[in-house]
Amino acid sequence: MTPPGEATGHGSTLAEKVLARAAGLDRVVPGQIVDGAVDLAMMHEQGAQTVLPFHQMGAEKVWDPDRVVIALDHWVPASTEGAAVLHRILRKFAAEVGLPHFYDVGNHGICHQILAENGWVVPGDLAVGTDSHTNMLGAMGAVATGVGPTEMAAVLALGRLWLKVPPTIRVRVKGSLGRGVTAKDLVLRVLREVRTTGAQYRAVEYSGPTIEQLSMPERFTICNMTTEMGAKTGMVAPDSTTFDYLAKIAKHPMHPLQPDADARYERTIDLDVDGMPPMVACPYSPDNVRPLPEVAREHIRVDQAFLGSCTNARIEDLREGAALIRGQRIAPGVRMIVSPASTPIFEQCLREGIIETFTDAGAVFTNSSCSACFGGNMGILAPDEVCASSSNRNFPGRMGPKEARIYLMSPGAVVASAIRGEITDPRELL
Amino acid sequence: MQDVLEGRVWTLGRDVDTDQIISGKYLTIIDPDELKKHVFEIALPEFAKQARPGDILVAGENFGSGSSREHAPQAMRAIGVGAVVADSFARIFFRNAINLGIPTIEAPGVRALFERGDTARIEMRAGRISNLRSGASVAFPPLPSHLLDLLEAGGLVEKVRRELAARKGREASPA
Ligand code: SF4
Repeated sequence: MTPPGEATGHGSTLAEKVLARAAGLDRVVPGQIVDGAVDLAMMHEQGAQTVLPFHQMGAEKVWDPDRVVIALDHWVPASTEGAAVLHRILRKFAAEVGLPHFYDVGNHGICHQILAENGWVVPGDLAVGTDSHTNMLGAMGAVATGVGPTEMAAVLALGRLWLKVPPTIRVRVKGSLGRGVTAKDLVLRVLREVRTTGAQYRAVEYSGPTIEQLSMPERFTICNMTTEMGAKTGMVAPDSTTFDYLAKIAKHPMHPLQPDADARYERTIDLDVDGMPPMVACPYSPDNVRPLPEVAREHIRVDQAFLGSCTNARIEDLREGAALIRGQRIAPGVRMIVSPASTPIFEQCLREGIIETFTDAGAVFTNSSCSACFGGNMGILAPDEVCASSSNRNFPGRMGPKEARIYLMSPGAVVASAIRGEITDPRELL
Repeated sequence: MQDVLEGRVWTLGRDVDTDQIISGKYLTIIDPDELKKHVFEIALPEFAKQARPGDILVAGENFGSGSSREHAPQAMRAIGVGAVVADSFARIFFRNAINLGIPTIEAPGVRALFERGDTARIEMRAGRISNLRSGASVAFPPLPSHLLDLLEAGGLVEKVRRELAARKGREASPA
C-alpha cells in the first residue's frame, strides 16, 4: 500500500481526465473547482422534488431533453398514495417541459440499470442522478455521481454543475476469483479496507488484471458499492469489454479516456484475490465485513432472503441464484423475495424459466423495482428479524425497524442462506 | 446568512446516515412541514418536538452518509436549524444542505468540544467555532467564496434565478 500523500506521478487520473473534458480544460488538479457540462441527467421519484425549485428558479425549458432520463423504481406500481402523487408530478412535468425518455410503469426498472442497459451513459461522460448509487455508471469510464433534487433543478435549467475535482484512490486487483466467489465479494473486501469514510470526496479507480477480466455487470456491482465508501465516483477505464457492451446501445458519442501511466494517486490499495473466500457485511454497516465461512459457523437464522437491488439483480445474478435453487425448496420459516432490476430482465427470466424455478422453490418473484432494498415499499422486516440480502446497505432502519439485522452478500450466498435457513457459504451447495 | 451565528447545541454521534435522519417510510412526503415531524426519529427522537429555530447541530464523522435524499436537510431547514457542524460530512448531504442555504461547516475535532445544551458561536469568514460555556474553540477552513456566495444568496434556487433573469435581460436588450 502506498502511504497516504506519497506522490506517484505527474499525470492525470481517469476522473481528472473526464472532469477536464466536461469543464473544457486541458487539465484539472484535485481541489480545483470546475464548472462541468453535464452529459446525462437521471431522475427517479425523488425527481418530483425537482419540479418546485425548477419553477422557482424561473426556468422554462430543460437544457437538453434528449439527455434527461426519468425512471420510476422505488414504488412500482405505486404502493402508497404518496408514491402515486410523486409519479403523477413527474408525468405532468415530463409532459409540460417535453421530456420523452420516461420509463414509466410497465417499462420500468431500477434507474441505474435503465441507464446501463440502454446505453445512456458512455465513456467520458459526466452523468448525474438523484440517487447516490448513480456511481454504478462509473463502470462505463464516466464520472457518474449522485445529486439532490434542488441541484438537479439547476442542472435541468443550465446543463451545468460545479464540482470539486476529487483526489483519486487506486484499487489494483490481481488474482482470480475462486468458484462461488464473485464481484460482490471483491467489493466487500475492498470496503473492509477503505471503510465507509475512506473515500469521502474522492474518486476510486479500479484497475489491474482481475478488473480487466470482469464483465460489465460485474463492474457495475463494484462501482455501485463504491457509494458505500463515501466516494464521489467509482470508475473503471473503458476497454473492449466496455465498447462491446455499448456497441449497439450507446445513446450518444463516446469520448473514451484513459488514466495516464504516471497519474498521481492519493493512495494505492493492492489486493490479491487468489484464495479469497466469499465475504459478508454484517450489521449495521457495509464495512463491517468478515469472511463468510467464519460468519456461517455462527449458524445465524434467516427470516428473509432478498435477491434484488441495483447491486445484484441482473440476469447473470438471477441465473446464478436459479442454478443453486433449481429442484430445491427454501427452508421452512424463510421468506424469499426475488426482484429483477428491470423489465427486460424480468422478461428474460420468463423466457429462461427462472421465474418458475424460484416460485417452485417457494420464493416470491416480483416485478422489477427497488423492492425490499430500502424499507419503504415491500419486504419490510419486523424488529427482531434477520435478512440475507444481495443489496448494498445494512444501516439501522434500512429495511424498516432499526433493530432488524441485514447481512449483505452475493446472490449465490443469499440463495444458499434461503435454502439452509441460516447464513451459508454458497460453496457448500456447489 | 449572517457572518456570526450563535445557537443552542444538539449533539449527534458519528456515521449518522440519512436512514437515521429521515427513514425510508417517509420518503413520499414532500411537504417540509410534515417531514420535520419525523426528523432524527431514529438518531435523536426528542429533537423534532423540542428543537427551536436557530439551534445548531454538532455531529461526529461522516454525517449524512447514505442516500441522496434531500428530505434530510429539508426537514432541518423547515425546523429552522441555524447551522450544521460536523467532524466530516458525506458529500451529497453537504451539497444538499448548502444548496438549501443551510450554513454547513466541516470542522475536524469539533464534536469533542460540545455537549448537548451548550451554546455555539460560529464565525463563518474567520473560520472559528467556539463553545461559549467552556471557552474551547476550533478553527476550520472557511468555505470557498462560491459557496459563501451561494449561502449569501439564500441557496441555489435564488442563485440560479438571478442567473437566468440576468440572461433573459441580456437577450432582451438590443445588441
Ligand atoms: S435498489 Fe436500493 S440502492 Fe438501488 S436505487 Fe433502489 S433503493 Fe437505492
